[in-house]
Amino acid sequence: MSEPLLSIRNASKFYQVGGGLGQKKREVVALQNFNLDIAHKPATITTIAGESGSGKTTLANLVLGFTSLSTGQIIYQGKDTALMDRAEALEYRRNVQAVFQDPFGVYNPFYRIEHLFDLAIKNFSLAKSDKEARDRIEEALNAVGLLGEEILRKYPHQLSGGQRQRIMMARAYMIKPKLIVADEPVSMVDASLRAAILDVMLRMRDKENISFLYITHDLSTAYQVGDQIFILYQGSTAEKGQTTAVIDKPHHPYVKLLVDSVPQPDPDEKWGEDIELPDEESMRNADAQGCRFYPRCPERMDKCLTAQPPLYAVGQREHEASCYLYDHNKLGEVAGKR
Amino acid sequence: MTLTSQKTSADLRGNKPVMEVRNLRIHYETPKGAVQAVAGVSFDLYAGETLGLVGESGCGKSTTAYGILQLINPPGHIVEGSSITLDGQDILKLSEREFRKLRWESLSLIPQGAMNALNPTMRISGQIADVIEAHEGRQNRAELKNRILELFKTVGLPARIYDMYPHELSGGMKQRVCIAMAIALNPTVVIADEATSALDVVVQRVVAQTMLKVKDLLGVSMIMIGHDMGLMAQMVDRIAVMYAGNIVEIAPVRNLFKNPMHPYSQILIDSIPSLKEKKPLKITEGITHDPRNPPPGCIFQLRCPLVMDRCRTEKPVLRELQPRQNVACHLYEDNASEAVRVLDKVVERKTDKKPEQKNQPQKNQVQKNQAQKKKSKGKGK
Repeated sequence: MSEPLLSIRNASKFYQVGGGLGQKKREVVALQNFNLDIAHKPATITTIAGESGSGKTTLANLVLGFTSLSTGQIIYQGKDTALMDRAEALEYRRNVQAVFQDPFGVYNPFYRIEHLFDLAIKNFSLAKSDKEARDRIEEALNAVGLLGEEILRKYPHQLSGGQRQRIMMARAYMIKPKLIVADEPVSMVDASLRAAILDVMLRMRDKENISFLYITHDLSTAYQVGDQIFILYQGSTAEKGQTTAVIDKPHHPYVKLLVDSVPQPDPDEKWGEDIELPDEESMRNADAQGCRFYPRCPERMDKCLTAQPPLYAVGQREHEASCYLYDHNKLGEVAGKR
Repeated sequence: MTLTSQKTSADLRGNKPVMEVRNLRIHYETPKGAVQAVAGVSFDLYAGETLGLVGESGCGKSTTAYGILQLINPPGHIVEGSSITLDGQDILKLSEREFRKLRWESLSLIPQGAMNALNPTMRISGQIADVIEAHEGRQNRAELKNRILELFKTVGLPARIYDMYPHELSGGMKQRVCIAMAIALNPTVVIADEATSALDVVVQRVVAQTMLKVKDLLGVSMIMIGHDMGLMAQMVDRIAVMYAGNIVEIAPVRNLFKNPMHPYSQILIDSIPSLKEKKPLKITEGITHDPRNPPPGCIFQLRCPLVMDRCRTEKPVLRELQPRQNVACHLYEDNASEAVRVLDKVVERKTDKKPEQKNQPQKNQVQKNQAQKKKSKGKGK
């Protein structure tokens, strides 16, 4: 197999909290021993899903270089991002672009839309002449279904949320990156317009060979567009694999609960019985040695308290779950009950 | 706290409505004319019923709810001629003083983003006590405490949070504190404005189930505002679909999901991403008109794939096409009860324009097919 485009190795991120007067300093684990490979070709959409506090945005920030790892490595085309020199870092920043959650917060309201594109062209020296720059901008906007003459002279407040988010996609696309980190790109866009943005992602993947790190809490959009999925729980991968395989047949008790809790848009398919959440303290036990899902797990065993379970194979194509229930499983023979 | 029954939509026809909203209009004055946020909304709310109010952002669903509570701030105002009747009393005719008494005793709110709705400097107990004492006067301390603890029990909160501050609670717990506050005075109608949309899926399920349980226990009526159609399917008895300040369809939840009739409802139902099958994305584009200046005729004409000449001149009214399913659309002139499938037509039209789209075997499509094959295999096991 060829070298992956992006490879995250044993990545962990801890935050120090407390330490105020009379308080003990303690560490909060945002991400723990996370591993991920994104292949060079073909381009894929990798979904990172999980509830708030599961570490998915921390992961995005780490990949984008907004924060640094506590331990572990992020390797881009064979080079550790932490050890890159200036030129390499610039190249990395160019090849790894971002689209953020809030299409209302990312624009400077004083500038017209064209400013956003001009700035990117200038910073990455993308065009030699004005004409070339215009063409590039136009091409990028067309790729997301917009027209330059309608958009460029406008101010952000004159555009809808869906348009703004597509412009952000166009900006990222114009730079011709290898990877776009999309942090909840559709969660603030109306349902009827979501499809347009997801469609842009699919087309960029298939036509331009741009991979995506799609960060979301919404399993159903991931199911529609994602290739591989990582479901995080409190900083660790609970289950990973091909999106359809994981969601159709979840193995980890948390993922089962999660998939089961997504409200089905069908009045005849109601949620099952009531579930209860245990106390807050027991759920957020930062010093826990064992499985982080232990306090909530319906199938917990004593073994789960000893150490964090590694990822066990539970299905085909690298479908793995971090749960001792699958300790002795052989590949392919999975008795998952749902 | 095990829930027994999730009451499904009982036939509420013989039931008397507890609230009747008639021709509610709410305008926001701007220098360039009034924005018609709510443009003549009428509906009934029956006893013990949960009514969902759905639509895209800016369609006026929250404004409708805040209008009912008379919490519209200037430059917004309720236009003359609107009427809201609660328990036989026109509440728009009350003075602010009289209405303040009614607010929370008869009409309460579970706000959006409960994380910010609580006072960070007051203990949970104090905030709930405040609500009770503001309406019922000073209470005996011990009785008050018992009452608050009883409320906690109803919404599934542990007693230990009594003396805690909001920052010590998780989002789901804060949301349940808001539910406890909303039901503290046993109101007739509770309005939940996106009450669970800021919560994680699992927590959302717990809070939503708490809301249903409480609703059944107390027999209150509920108006649920939201945009998550999945959640609506789980929780409500009837749904009103709003578009640009108008209700375009109002129907029992089952009808709306199985047989949506208004073109906008169909687009809305169809845009729900499924967890069951991978289907091609359907893109429906469109711009909404300037809310200050709605076009004559149907408000959905600019986005409707099946727009006719008549839609540009004559505004369709809500008519009952199926039992209790009211639709405002000219497509159903002869009171036809069969839904005209708008989306089939949309796809047809699109392929008319660009035939090359269909012929190109896209990699994307191939992958989807594979995924589906895999899925059917998995099911066969």
